[in-house]
Amino acid sequence: MGNFSLRRLFRSLLIPILAVITALIVGAVIMWLAGDNPIAAYKGLFQGAFGSARGWATTIRKWSPLLLTGLSVAIAFQAGLFNIGASGQFMMGTIFSVWVGINFADMPAIIHVPLAISAGILGGLLWGAIPGILKVTTGAHEVITTIMLNYIAALFAGWTVYAGGSQGQKPGPLWDPAAKAISQTPPVVESARIPFIFGPPYRVHWGIALAIITIFVMAWIIYKTTIGFELRTVGQNFKASKYAGIRVGWTIILAMMLAGALAGMAGAIETLGVNFKFAPEFGGSVGFDGITVALLGQTNPFGVGLAAFFLASLAAGGAKMQFDSGVSSDIIQVINALLLAFVAAPAIIRYIYRIRKSPEEQETTPKISWGG
Amino acid sequence: MSKDNIPVLEVKHITKRFPGVIANDDVNLTLQKGEILALLGENGAGKSTLMNIIYGLYKPTEGEIYVNGKKAEMHSPKDAIALGIGMVHQHFQLVPVMTVAENIMLGAESVKKNGLLDIKKVSKEISELSHRYHLDVDPSAKVEDLPVGVQQRVEIIKALYREAEILILDEPTAVLTPQEIEGLFEIMKRLQAQGKSIIFISHKLKEVLYISDRIVVLRGGKVVGETTPQDATQEKLAAMMVGREVILTVDKAPPSPGNVVLEVKNLKAKSDLGEMALNGVSFQVREGEILGVAGVQGNGQTELVEVITSLKKAEDGQVIISGEDMTNASPRTITQKGQSSHVPEDRHAYGMVSTYSVADNLVLNIYNLPPFAKGITINRPAIIKHAEELIKEFDVRTPGPLTPGGSLSGGNQQKMVVAREFSRPIKLLIAAQPTRGIDVGSIEFIHNQIVSKRDEGVAVLLVSSELDEIMALSDRIAVMYKGEIIDIVPREEATRENIGLLMAGVKRGEKV
Repeated sequence: MGNFSLRRLFRSLLIPILAVITALIVGAVIMWLAGDNPIAAYKGLFQGAFGSARGWATTIRKWSPLLLTGLSVAIAFQAGLFNIGASGQFMMGTIFSVWVGINFADMPAIIHVPLAISAGILGGLLWGAIPGILKVTTGAHEVITTIMLNYIAALFAGWTVYAGGSQGQKPGPLWDPAAKAISQTPPVVESARIPFIFGPPYRVHWGIALAIITIFVMAWIIYKTTIGFELRTVGQNFKASKYAGIRVGWTIILAMMLAGALAGMAGAIETLGVNFKFAPEFGGSVGFDGITVALLGQTNPFGVGLAAFFLASLAAGGAKMQFDSGVSSDIIQVINALLLAFVAAPAIIRYIYRIRKSPEEQETTPKISWGG
Repeated sequence: MSKDNIPVLEVKHITKRFPGVIANDDVNLTLQKGEILALLGENGAGKSTLMNIIYGLYKPTEGEIYVNGKKAEMHSPKDAIALGIGMVHQHFQLVPVMTVAENIMLGAESVKKNGLLDIKKVSKEISELSHRYHLDVDPSAKVEDLPVGVQQRVEIIKALYREAEILILDEPTAVLTPQEIEGLFEIMKRLQAQGKSIIFISHKLKEVLYISDRIVVLRGGKVVGETTPQDATQEKLAAMMVGREVILTVDKAPPSPGNVVLEVKNLKAKSDLGEMALNGVSFQVREGEILGVAGVQGNGQTELVEVITSLKKAEDGQVIISGEDMTNASPRTITQKGQSSHVPEDRHAYGMVSTYSVADNLVLNIYNLPPFAKGITINRPAIIKHAEELIKEFDVRTPGPLTPGGSLSGGNQQKMVVAREFSRPIKLLIAAQPTRGIDVGSIEFIHNQIVSKRDEGVAVLLVSSELDEIMALSDRIAVMYKGEIIDIVPREEATRENIGLLMAGVKRGEKV
């Protein structure tokens, strides 16, 4: 921030916008090669996301988790860390919040909802702290440890709801006996559910408001506080941050805790606002999509908000696209992957469109060193 | 000089444009056979670009190069070598773990019939070469065991082995002790006597006047003048380089030392590679004096500064600042509680964040103090106001306080660091290589700032590998050699000769 000018804004938007356009064009070529009609597909996609009130509702519902996991990856990038662990942190946030959500049945909603969300934030925060601590104390690279912790989180979450086996295997502690052989938790009690802004059939809940407020909070932390200055300095120049008297180790752990907290919040909001229970098949790719969102948003909280909205609209429109045009909604995953490739390697976009780097331009792709 | 007077090398109307920069602008240059031509200019004047064009590393945007009167088409250093052009880079291109002979034949290997390397033949050729030019080296020695001066000789032999007739020496004296510089000059004279032509790149005026036949001065990518040592003086050359009058000597009154501010006792530390780099260093610096630390690069000066400023851990010993033991305290304790400033040796690694604005760089280590921060919120207007004041006071040439620090010139980046470090109330100033790689004009400014800090009563520890800088500024001179302070000499007793001997590890009173 600080150095705000229209030219700068334009330049920072240029690569993401071209990446989106290129991904859509390449996606169209792939559909065309497969014998599908890309124009019909994109028309269906757009109508699915924005063509009706229910389309809008789905887009907005899918927006908040992407936004929060995007912010999670972005805040880590700001500190020079590559958080691939949003998926696991999301999972821990889910488990912590669902535990609070299925218990304390007589608590008033005004306490129960915030408590359950806070529990989810805490779960993600603790899970995020682990790779931070490991990096500082042992030098273990966060890319490796967060990937490992994703597996551990997913398996742990699966165990908590395990329905038990016919040969006397004990069921998990969060399993719902009423679900019989199905591995899932009991439903979250009414008082712990995030209220709807628009009730069924739209099911848009207040979690989106919380997510949007979080954008402003993160922007404030990153650009307007000494904590943000420390995070960014560590991310930009490790040695200079030591010179500047910053406690580098603590800053790395803090960045990972913040990243974990955001992904954990995403898990809590999904659980308490959409799913109302946990089963191992929940979660999906939202943690990994956070990487695309963060890069497409150039690690700026507001950019992340826009990028998440775009990805949410793709996800929301997929079903209608498949129904209208017969193109498999899997193509959405292909477009997401192309998008990730183009924003992670902006050199491709620069080459295609012959964009020269201006000498004063900040490198917007975060610096990620493997050396630690 | 050759009889027909065709220059061995002629550069005609060379222009090299990089995006947004013209590095060389219509440069013409001739080199006669058997001539030592000095190419003088500040950092960024375009010397290295020009040499890289001659050596085939860059393609010129416009212009032509003639070797022995014939137009040369160069696409890579290979073509340049084939035309008899050899280059000794400022940073040696040697493989440390290989022997001298292996290094010299690298890329021009001589192979026996059975496909194995013919080390014997190469060693013999090297011995012949070193005999002919009095370049003493042992072909079987490992390069990493050799002193820097000898490594440089290996580089020269490498060029001669490839039958170079034209030698380009890029800042060859930067890494040498005064005695090694003498040795290099003797070698250059001998090469000249054998008919070799040499382009000698330097920004050191004394050396240029001493060794060259002709001096060409570059400024802003253009040739701004040509002269001979007979017609030139240091002042004239400096003015040509900078484009204005420069005062080369530093005016300073005798020191009036007060209480001890920094005391270092038996300090020991390891280098980044884990070897002992400091072997028990002790000294004191008092208020109002400048202690200069001289020494050839890599004798523990870097580690000394890093340990005092807590960027590196001390293995043993003590660092006492204003009477308080601050050994291995946090860097923030050293700067803020110890009231010290540090101009780091490597400004890109430590002193600044290139992507940050000048304003942010000017509060890099004080962003947490009022008025720049209230609690955890950053007070941006205060940071910008602070930047505007310092930019004016320290004459930092920048389009504005919000320009990224990395886009300034080297001299202005250093002024930015100096502005931050000198503008705080301090008792101790640690300046490591404060003028490395910056223009003469900025050097003059920074030197005056250091002296005025001393006159305000600040204790100054100045570490520099430029002996001229040490001699010009110091009140006492400590010489480091192999991780120890081999001697501390009062300025009045110091001469280039006795300091030079100490830099080479020869103690006072010892025979060479």
